[in-house]
Amino acid sequence: MAVVETRKLTKTFRKGEVGAVRDVDLASHEGEFLVLLGPSGSGKTTLLRMIAGLETPTAGEILIGGAVVNDQTPRERRIAMVFQSYALYPHLSVFGNIVFPLKSQGVKKDERQKKADWAAGLLGIGHLMDRKPRELSGGERQRVALARAIVREPSLFLLDEPLSNLDAKLRASAREELEQFQKRIGTTTIYVTHDQVEAMAMGDRIVVMDKGRVRQIGTPAEVYDEPADTFVATFLGSPPMNLVTGADGITGFRPEHFLPARAVVSSESVAQRLTLSHEEYLGAERILYGTLADGLFAGAKVVSRIASTHASLFKKDATYDFAVERRHLKLFDAATGIRKT
Amino acid sequence: MSARSRERWLGPAMLLPAVLYIVALVGVPLVLAALYSVGDVKVGSVGYRFVGLDNFRSVLESPAFRRALRNSFIFTIASQVLSLVGGNILALALKDAFPGRRFVRYLILLPWVAPVSIGSMGWKWILDSLYSIINWVLVWLHLVKPLDVPMWLGEPLLAMISVILVHVWHTLPFTTVILLAGWTSIPKDIPEAAQVDGAGYFRRLFEIQIPMMLPIINVAVLFGIIFTFTDMTVIYILTRGGPYDTTQVLPSLAFFTGILGSDLAEGAAISMFLLPLLVVVAWLMLRTARRAEVT
Amino acid sequence: MRIGRRSHAALGRVVHVGVLGTFVVLLAFPFYWMLIATFKRSTDLYNLKNNPFIFNELPTLEHLRLLFDETLFLRWFWNTTFAGAMVVLITLLFAVPAAYALARLTGSWGEKLGIGIFLTYLVPPTLLFIPLSRVVALLGLQDSLWSIIVVYPSFTIPFSTWLLQGFFKAVPTELEDAAMVDGLTRFQAFWKLVIPISTSGILTVVIFTFTLVTQEFVYALTFISSASNQTVGVGVPIYLVRGDVYYWGSLMAACLIASLPIAVVYNLFLDRFIAGFTVGSVK
Repeated sequence: MAVVETRKLTKTFRKGEVGAVRDVDLASHEGEFLVLLGPSGSGKTTLLRMIAGLETPTAGEILIGGAVVNDQTPRERRIAMVFQSYALYPHLSVFGNIVFPLKSQGVKKDERQKKADWAAGLLGIGHLMDRKPRELSGGERQRVALARAIVREPSLFLLDEPLSNLDAKLRASAREELEQFQKRIGTTTIYVTHDQVEAMAMGDRIVVMDKGRVRQIGTPAEVYDEPADTFVATFLGSPPMNLVTGADGITGFRPEHFLPARAVVSSESVAQRLTLSHEEYLGAERILYGTLADGLFAGAKVVSRIASTHASLFKKDATYDFAVERRHLKLFDAATGIRKT
Repeated sequence: MSARSRERWLGPAMLLPAVLYIVALVGVPLVLAALYSVGDVKVGSVGYRFVGLDNFRSVLESPAFRRALRNSFIFTIASQVLSLVGGNILALALKDAFPGRRFVRYLILLPWVAPVSIGSMGWKWILDSLYSIINWVLVWLHLVKPLDVPMWLGEPLLAMISVILVHVWHTLPFTTVILLAGWTSIPKDIPEAAQVDGAGYFRRLFEIQIPMMLPIINVAVLFGIIFTFTDMTVIYILTRGGPYDTTQVLPSLAFFTGILGSDLAEGAAISMFLLPLLVVVAWLMLRTARRAEVT
Repeated sequence: MRIGRRSHAALGRVVHVGVLGTFVVLLAFPFYWMLIATFKRSTDLYNLKNNPFIFNELPTLEHLRLLFDETLFLRWFWNTTFAGAMVVLITLLFAVPAAYALARLTGSWGEKLGIGIFLTYLVPPTLLFIPLSRVVALLGLQDSLWSIIVVYPSFTIPFSTWLLQGFFKAVPTELEDAAMVDGLTRFQAFWKLVIPISTSGILTVVIFTFTLVTQEFVYALTFISSASNQTVGVGVPIYLVRGDVYYWGSLMAACLIASLPIAVVYNLFLDRFIAGFTVGSVK
C-alpha cells in the first residue's frame, strides 16, 4: 500500500493556467525520497499543496495510507510540511515552535518536553531552544523547521524547496544533511524543487513535471539515461542534451557523449565533424560550443563536454573529428517529442 | 561660503520654519497653559497673579471634576475595547478578496471621513427622544411599549452608552484600516504552517496570528486612547455633557469652565490633567516603535 | 459531530456575509437616513406612525430650499473651502522642506527631531485651546476665519511632515546623487527632481490636510463666535436651530451635503487614503 497516491489529480485556476495540475497519477513507495521536479509554473508546488490539503483539487483523488483524503483538512491528514520560507512562528522561541504541533494535538506537558528534546537532539539544535527565529542563521532555521516537522512523527513529509533560501555554499552541506536525515528517520518524503542537480542527488525517484503534467517518473538513472521525451531530456543535465532535427525525427545526444573521435573507442559510433565557435574552461571540465560541419545535420548548434584531463588544444573556427556512440543516440518524434528509441 | 558648508546649513534651514511654527503654536501655548493653571487669569483680565496650586486644589475638590475624570476613563476604555474587538472582526472579514469589496470598504469608511460633528448631528436625531428611528424599530418589533421607549440622550446610563457607541462608530473605520494592514502583513505561509501543524481556527487566531499582530494592535490602541481621551466633539454635540453632567469628560469640562465660563485658569488646570496620560502613552508608543525596529 | 469540509466552508461564508452585513448596516445607515430625511416632507418626517425608512408621502425639496435660501449654509461651505485651501498651502510650504530635510539631510539627531515633531501631533486641541484663545485675541484674529487658518497648521504640519518623510525616504538617493554629479545643487535636485516624483505623496498630504481641516471642531468652536464666519463643521450643529427647535429636515440636508463632496473625493483616492494611514504605522 503506497503511503501517498494520487489518481487523475487535476487542479485548474480561473485566471489562466499557471501552476495548474492535470491528470496526475502517482504512487509513492514506503520510505522513499520522491522528488517533484519541474520549472516554475509546472504545477509541482500546487500538487504538493493539494496533498497537504492547502488547495482543493478540481478533479481526481488523493489517498494517504490507502484512504481517500480529499475532504480532510490538513490537520486531519497528519502530515508535516516544511515551507520554502520555513514559516517559523516569529513570536515563539525555538522550543515554542517545536512544541506547537504537539500542543495542537493536546499532548501533555512532560510528553511535549520529551518529544521536543528528542527532535532537537536529532537535528543538533538543543542549544538553541530559547532563541527566537530572528536570531538564527538560515541553516539553523531550516533545522528548526525540520524539528517542528518530525516532532509529531508523521507518516508523510512534504518539503517545498527548503534549500532555495540558503546561499550557494550552505546549500550543498544542507542538502547532504537533509539526505542523511531522511535516511535515518525513514519517513516517506515528497520534495519539490526546480533544481535538477538537487533532484538527481537526493531523489530515490524523480517525478518530472511540465505545464501541469507528469512527463516521467523514474530513478535518477532512468530519467537521465532513458528520458521519456525531449522535455525530460533537456531539463536534466547541464548543459542540456543536444537535439538536432532530421528527416525521421529529432536525434538527441548528451554533451558528455559527444567527444573527439579519438576518445570514442566503440566501433558502433557515428562520426560528426565539429566547427568550434568558442570554448569555456571550467576547471574540471571544458565545454566546447560549435556547429556540425557536414552531413545530415550540417549547421546544427551543438555542445560537447570533455574532462580537462583531455588536453588537446582546440582552435576557434577550426573543424575537428568528433563522434557519438550509437547506443547514446536517442530518437524523438518530431511532432510530440516523445522518445521512439 | 563654500558649497559644502552651504549644504550643511540647508538641512536646518529647511527644517527651521516648521519647527518654529510648531514651537510657536504648540510649545508656547503649552507653557501658557501650565502658567495659567498656576495663576489667576480670567478672560479680559490684564495682569497675572501666581497662585500656586490653588486652582488644582479647588478642581480636585469639585465633584464635577471627579465625575468628569471618572467618565473620561469609562468613555475611553469602553470605546477602545469595542473599537478594537469590532475593528479586528471587521478587518478579518475584509482581509480576503471578495466581489464588491471595494464598495464595502467605501461604505465602511464613511463614518470616519464625514466630519465627526456632522455624523454626530445625524446621530443626535437618530437618538432623539421623540423621533428616534431606533425606537421606532423597537416598538415595531414589539420589544418596548410606545410610551416606554428608551431616552437615549436623556437618561444618564443610556446617554453614556450613546456617546460611547457614536464615538466607536466614528473611530471604528480608522482602527479597522490599521488592523487590516496588520492582518495582511502576516505572511501567508505562517497560518498555513499552523494548519498543517494541526491548529484549528481559534488556536491559529489566538496563539499565532494575534500575537504577531501585537505591534500593530499596540499602535491602534495608543492612537485610539489619545484621540478618545482628549476628544469632546461627540459629547458636546450629543449631550453637552448632560444630563446633569453625567456624560461630562475632562476636555468638555475644561471647555465649559475655561471658554464658556471665562475662568481660563481653572479651565487650564482641568486640561492639564490630560498631560500625564499623554506622556505615558507617548512613552509607550516610542517603546513599541523601538521594539519593532529591532525585529 | 464532525463538520465535513464543504459544509464547513458554506458555514464560513454565511458567517462572513452576516458579519459584513451587520457592520455595513451599522456604519452606513446614518447616511442613508440623512439621504431620506433630506427629501421627506415634514409631515411625513414628524409623523410617528409612519415607517421612517420609506417615503410615505411624495419627496420634497423644501428642506434644501430652506437650507440654501434662509441659512448661512453656503457661506459656511465657502468658509471651510477657503480655509482648507489656505491651510493646505501653508502646510505644504512648511512641511515639504521639513520632511525632505528629515529624510535626507540630518543624522541621528534628525531622527529624534522627526519623532519629536510627530509627537507634537499628539498634543490635543483640548489642552491648547485655552491659551490659544488668548493668543488669537492678542493677534486680533478673534472671530475671524484667519484664526483657524493660522492655528490649524500647528497640527497639520507635524502630521504632514511625518507622512511626507516616509514618501521621501522611499525615493532612491541615486537620483539626487546623479543630479548633483551633473552639476545641480542639492536644493535644485530637491526642487526639480524629488518634488515632481513625489506628487503621489504630496497629493496624499493635500487630501489628508484638507480632511483634517474639515473634521476640526474644537478650535473653530472656540475662536469663532459669529455665525457668518463659521465653518461647516461647527455651523451645522450649532446654528441650524431656531430657539430650541431643530429644523431636522434642513439639518439632515446640511449633513448630507457636508459629507458628500468629501465622500466623493475620497472615493477617488480610496487606496491612497488607506496607504497613507498605513505608510507610517506598518514599517
